[in-house]
Amino acid sequence: MTDVRIDDTRTGERAPRIGDSAPRPDGIPKVDGSFTFSSDLWHDRMIWGGTLRSPHPSARIRSIDIGPAIAVTGVHAVLTAADVPGNPNFGLEHVDQPVLASDVVRYEGEPVAIVAADHPEAVRLALEAIVVDYEVTPPLVDPALAESSDPIHPDGNLIRRIHLRHGDQDVVGDVIVEGTYEVGMQDQAFLGPESGLAVPAEDGGVELYIATQWLHADRDQVAACLGLAPELVRLTLSGVGGAFGAREDLSLHAHLCLLALRTRRPVKMVYSREESFHGHVHRHPARMWYRHHADRAGNLVRVEARLLLDGGAYASSSGAVIANATCFAGGPYRIPSADIDGVVVRTNNPPCGAMRGFGAVQTCIGHEAQMDRLAAALGMDPVELRLRNVLAPGDRLLTGQVITGTAPVAEVLRTCTDHPSAATLPDDTMSLPGGAGRTADPEHVHRGEAVALGFKNLMFSEGFDDFSSAICRLEAGVATITCACAEVGQGFVTLAQQITREVLGVDEVVLAPAATATVGSAGSTSASRQTWMSGGAVQAACEEVRVRLIARVADENGIDPDELVMVDGRVVSLAGDFEADLASVTAEAVEAEVEFRHAPTSPLDENGQGDAHVSFAFSAHRAIVDVDRDLGLVKVVELTTSQDVGRLLNPLQAIGQIEGGAAQGVGLAVMEEVQVLDGRIRNASFTDYLVPTALDMPPVEIAALIEQPEPGAPFGAKGIGEPPSISSTAAVVAAIRAATDLDLTHVPVRPTDIALAGA
Amino acid sequence: MTIARTLDDACAALAEHPDALLLAGGTDLMVGVNRGQVRFDHVVVLDRVDELRGWRRDGDELVLGAGLTYAEMGRGELPTLVPALAQAARTVGSPQIRNAGTLGGNIATSSPAGDTLPVLAALDATIVLRTSNGTRRLALDRFVTGVKQNALEPGELIEAVRVPVLDGPQEFLKVGTRNAMVISVASLALVVDGAGRNVRVGLGSVAPVPVRAVEAEAHIGGCIDWDAASVPDIAAVDRFAELVVEAAHPIDDHRGSAAYRNHAVGVLARRALLRAFPGSAP
Repeated sequence: MTDVRIDDTRTGERAPRIGDSAPRPDGIPKVDGSFTFSSDLWHDRMIWGGTLRSPHPSARIRSIDIGPAIAVTGVHAVLTAADVPGNPNFGLEHVDQPVLASDVVRYEGEPVAIVAADHPEAVRLALEAIVVDYEVTPPLVDPALAESSDPIHPDGNLIRRIHLRHGDQDVVGDVIVEGTYEVGMQDQAFLGPESGLAVPAEDGGVELYIATQWLHADRDQVAACLGLAPELVRLTLSGVGGAFGAREDLSLHAHLCLLALRTRRPVKMVYSREESFHGHVHRHPARMWYRHHADRAGNLVRVEARLLLDGGAYASSSGAVIANATCFAGGPYRIPSADIDGVVVRTNNPPCGAMRGFGAVQTCIGHEAQMDRLAAALGMDPVELRLRNVLAPGDRLLTGQVITGTAPVAEVLRTCTDHPSAATLPDDTMSLPGGAGRTADPEHVHRGEAVALGFKNLMFSEGFDDFSSAICRLEAGVATITCACAEVGQGFVTLAQQITREVLGVDEVVLAPAATATVGSAGSTSASRQTWMSGGAVQAACEEVRVRLIARVADENGIDPDELVMVDGRVVSLAGDFEADLASVTAEAVEAEVEFRHAPTSPLDENGQGDAHVSFAFSAHRAIVDVDRDLGLVKVVELTTSQDVGRLLNPLQAIGQIEGGAAQGVGLAVMEEVQVLDGRIRNASFTDYLVPTALDMPPVEIAALIEQPEPGAPFGAKGIGEPPSISSTAAVVAAIRAATDLDLTHVPVRPTDIALAGA
Repeated sequence: MTIARTLDDACAALAEHPDALLLAGGTDLMVGVNRGQVRFDHVVVLDRVDELRGWRRDGDELVLGAGLTYAEMGRGELPTLVPALAQAARTVGSPQIRNAGTLGGNIATSSPAGDTLPVLAALDATIVLRTSNGTRRLALDRFVTGVKQNALEPGELIEAVRVPVLDGPQEFLKVGTRNAMVISVASLALVVDGAGRNVRVGLGSVAPVPVRAVEAEAHIGGCIDWDAASVPDIAAVDRFAELVVEAAHPIDDHRGSAAYRNHAVGVLARRALLRAFPGSAP
């Protein structure tokens, strides 16, 4: 299935280190059902919480009568906005979203009241008994009208505009191609819906057990809403059933704590799948207009774009998403001139925010479609056109920033396109488009092939003080790592151990629970940043422990510390006259706590220029698809990829990320869309929000993982989580275009877009 | 709750609780229960009733137990006796769903998207209904009366389905937006009755109830060279597809537009017919 060999010969002899395929400790438990997810949390005295949500995308609340709900047997508390003791609002970047709606609801599903009761059924009855008098108002649902419409929020309808201008604004190309593209709203579709348990504490604080991506940011927001000091709100990470960006914002966190503090009882809450669709942000739907200019030889000379993202009712991380979309709108190409107007607006649609790829997914669909159009207009091979224009170290981005790190873009593209295809012609109906539905015969099928390139930034940008904290404690030869990095499936649990073993030469590494009370912030598990940031923090903490230990041993034994080194679990002198094993010299513990930062970045100026980003990762996908043009059904036959990884720390885990990210990309290409009509989600279930099955997801052929160590990154490793979901969608859509000769400007491509094209 | 062991048990429990919910595989019912949309005071559990399970041959007919699972429809001799039913069953859900979901449940749910219904319509299936007082039989088109509505009386359950064994090819084709585990956007069952020299077509997801394309059937019946197993005049195939489309009365919904559904059943009609009569002109 893949060319990457998993070398487990070393792992048989000693615990896995850097470069080994360390198996995930939670891997088998997640498959056999023994893993404890946050929805499995239990407390003997616990009661259940639930949320009343607005049935309207836009309405004024005239009154809320909770009396009938309180009267329901078994109900302990019914709370509304009036019961929020602290800040009534929360938000990741902008504090603009009510914990509970007080006077206005701005999206379908907005929380209005919360209930705690003895039993989930009592919760349900109480929620039904709450009487809310709504005055329904016309919703603002067209993002194109947002800026010219009356504000639906005191902060206005424009969340952020970045008008990026780069280079000579008067340049015009010999060949110009234009296109308009639309991307639908994708859901993260994690398998473990929102859930958590809040336990009131003796000191007036609260313990919150929760599945999240960033414990400390949650803590600060929840504490502000509760009117408590941050140290009184203590979060512990619980088993996370996937995240993909959907757990960056608060969902039930503050609700749980409010109910627990009011009732003085542990309160548990679990969203249903339908509620989950309303309970977290989605990927921004995008409308994108592009105009590319090139000279006759195929050199890009200018790109113009108008990007409109629908942020939905609240800001969430929209501001950072539009920054990414704008900065990377041109793709991983050298383009001397650009005018990109990136806008994200507020509407009464479901709120949108972070999702794997974070703005770069949408624009990749646009810029790659444009590159194919340009190739056609120039009569050039699309791969040749790309190779002529790909970024290389020393080149400038559209933001004016010079790439100082590695950028093996040409390598990624060449290895991917040169890789021989293993795709064969389908030999049974099941493997044709339509699959189990038996709709196609081989003569109905047209095959298409295409490539796409994508990239995005790693870590937080625009001057954000981005850091992670870690504590390493070495005692009796056992290392304990404490870090608040949220393990959401990305693999920190193996990497933290591998890094510790590599630095200290120990075998046994214990990972303490991720919690706010024991260590400082690790930052968010997002932006492909934790391998670099928390990996870097662990590495630095371990190195500090090594320095301190050597200093101590040197001092105790009268040896020059420069003469001592640590080798395979021993401290030895270079002269060979001293040797001690780690267990004995760490009978008394050595501990170090560090904060690790990446190189600072700058904000974007009024022209969208600045050294706003730290590092970049690149990927290419080649897709081969079979299309039944009459019915508009698609079978993705093969997906081949190459990726810029800096350095492979855990090959097995890398493959997992690359396959999983591609599956989300395939989903967006052909089926995944939250359908919103008049502000209402029409398909809030896994019956109708479709994600790829084994019949829809082809084998992922990994052509190459390009290892060019990135300066400043721990062990030279780049984050690998997001690129697989960026260029995969664009490649699949392009392959469908190749198979159909249709423009196909809407993603996901729907059967009707193909079957009724021109009708 | 009554966990019935025999048909008489089940009927007696139903006589006592005529509005009880009937639970077999639970693949539709439990979704509604979990969403709080289905409320009930009493449940009669049917999955341990042996008389409802399996199938038997009765002359030229098959008697399919209401408890026959989708997985069982695809096993043993059934795929050769009623191929379209096996094909339709394969399109339902995941293996877990197919191991649990039943024919009786699919009929009783009476969804326009019920995958076995177009097949049963094309086969002129008869539904055998039972109460503690006896049995009655209804044709499928008399049984399914609307979207998720049917002629099941309080106190009554589906005991079995009778379908003919025909001597001709059968095809079931279903369009969904995913290659497996998907609710039908449009589906079509075509069965050939070689002895009766006719072709019958049932359509799913294109009307409130499963429909028969009777005009298309009448048209194509006269255009087939039965000895050559072909349709010599390709224009007759086109006309057949047009008439199938005319039999459909789809709506726009989140799974697909009426225009797409009309288009799709036309494509399915043509493909199914040409598969059944492979000697036809291309």
